[in-house]
Amino acid sequence: MKRESFLPLVGVAGLILAWYIAVWVRIVDPVLLPSPQATFAAMIKGMGGRLGFDFFKTVERTFYATAIAAVVAIPLGVFLGASEKLYRSVEFVIDFFRSTPASAMFPLFLVLFGVGNWTKILVAAFGAALVILFNVAYGVMNARKTRLLAAKVMGASPLRVLTDVMLLESLPQTFVGLRNGVSLALVIVVVAEMFIGSTDGLGHRVFEAQQLFDMPDMYAAIFAAGALGYGLNLLFLLIEKRFVHWSGK
Amino acid sequence: MKSVASEKAGAPAIRREAEPPPHITIRGLSKQFNGAVVYDKFDLDIPRGKFVSVFGPNGCGKSTLINMIAGLIPVDAGEILFAGKTLSQIKFGYVFQNYREALFPWLRAIDNIEYPLRHMNLPKAERRARVERLVAHLGVKIDLQRYPYEMSGGQQQLISIMRALVVEPEVLFLDEPFSALDYEMTLFMREQLQRIFQETGTTMVLVSHDLEEAVYLADRVLLLSRRPARIADYAWYEAPRPRTDATLSDPAFVQLKAHCLEIFQREVRKG
Repeated sequence: MKRESFLPLVGVAGLILAWYIAVWVRIVDPVLLPSPQATFAAMIKGMGGRLGFDFFKTVERTFYATAIAAVVAIPLGVFLGASEKLYRSVEFVIDFFRSTPASAMFPLFLVLFGVGNWTKILVAAFGAALVILFNVAYGVMNARKTRLLAAKVMGASPLRVLTDVMLLESLPQTFVGLRNGVSLALVIVVVAEMFIGSTDGLGHRVFEAQQLFDMPDMYAAIFAAGALGYGLNLLFLLIEKRFVHWSGK
Repeated sequence: MKSVASEKAGAPAIRREAEPPPHITIRGLSKQFNGAVVYDKFDLDIPRGKFVSVFGPNGCGKSTLINMIAGLIPVDAGEILFAGKTLSQIKFGYVFQNYREALFPWLRAIDNIEYPLRHMNLPKAERRARVERLVAHLGVKIDLQRYPYEMSGGQQQLISIMRALVVEPEVLFLDEPFSALDYEMTLFMREQLQRIFQETGTTMVLVSHDLEEAVYLADRVLLLSRRPARIADYAWYEAPRPRTDATLSDPAFVQLKAHCLEIFQREVRKG
């Protein structure tokens, strides 16, 4: 391994060192900032039990939300993007709701779907879908004109131009949408778990630990959420690298 | 026979005797872009099995001409026929200037070359066989299992040309195919193209912004005027093939090139 590949560890070591020093010199009340050992102990213990279960529930909800968003938004994005006029006519509506904080939609979704598990999933799906839709549509619209012409000149029908060229051309941008979408879905799911009568999930875990003033547990849950967010992003990057090998080339 | 002929009086001309029957006939071609007249009742014959280079001032509509012949942009008026047939009845190939944007980066080189055959309802085995035949015929020694972005510019453009040739076209259109390549690669690609032309005998129409290249490759050089484009000259160049570096200092070549340059500059000054 090259020495450069260890560089990211420097920041991690720095953070843990700063944390140790902060605990050691008591800059912060020890009740508010537990030591790194206490936090990691809580994390390891938690992941084998309650925290692990909550982690799984959040993964499950984020997965469903992203899947629903992708299934709805990708075909719709291709459809809208295939005609620039059509996209321009709905662009304002998409941008408006894309800019609306999804958390502001909670009450509406509660009225529509009740307080069940699916409400959280659907709000997250709603937020993610708009992000994915916007990216897919732009990916299709920005398909290289030369490439479309090349396919046409070689005898491809308009439908084949769409399936052979436009869809593949939009894939790199679609993955940008999916990565942003899954991050947003996770944010919304965690917030929903805190405030929409939840009994499980990482959001619930963080909130409950805070209510019980169990700081090591709370930090453990926060780190678990961070690891999840980072991991999801990495997962999509790896999938992209595997299936969209030409991206950025 | 080694002679230079021109249709205009005053040119270094030996009038050619029997012209081969035209392959492409263009009659009454008209085209406007946002009110600017690019072509107005334009007539042109392109001979069968010959290499025609199109040269002219910037923005005179060189590319527009072959794009209209190849059906990439619609004509306002006029008729373009290929020995009496319409574009949809013939097989043709088109090579774009920007190979990076014209090839499909998600397909391996070999699948790129095969792509146009997918629209001809040929079974997979037959498509592969055709590609392999072409590769063997041209003696191409590139690893075709690679993706376009793993190749040099020249190799990518060679893949583009092979993709255009695999359908065994009647006509091959080339829009400034080498202008994105460095000089060394351009020289190499000229030789490749000349060899392909000699081996296939396909009618070729090349748009070029390099006069030396235009004359070197051509049987006939079409010089266009400023817009609305007219034929400023349509000179024959009949040096034997394969042409080589020695051709570049051949008196007939030098003379024709000077003649073309003179007409070109006359046209440029008019603007």
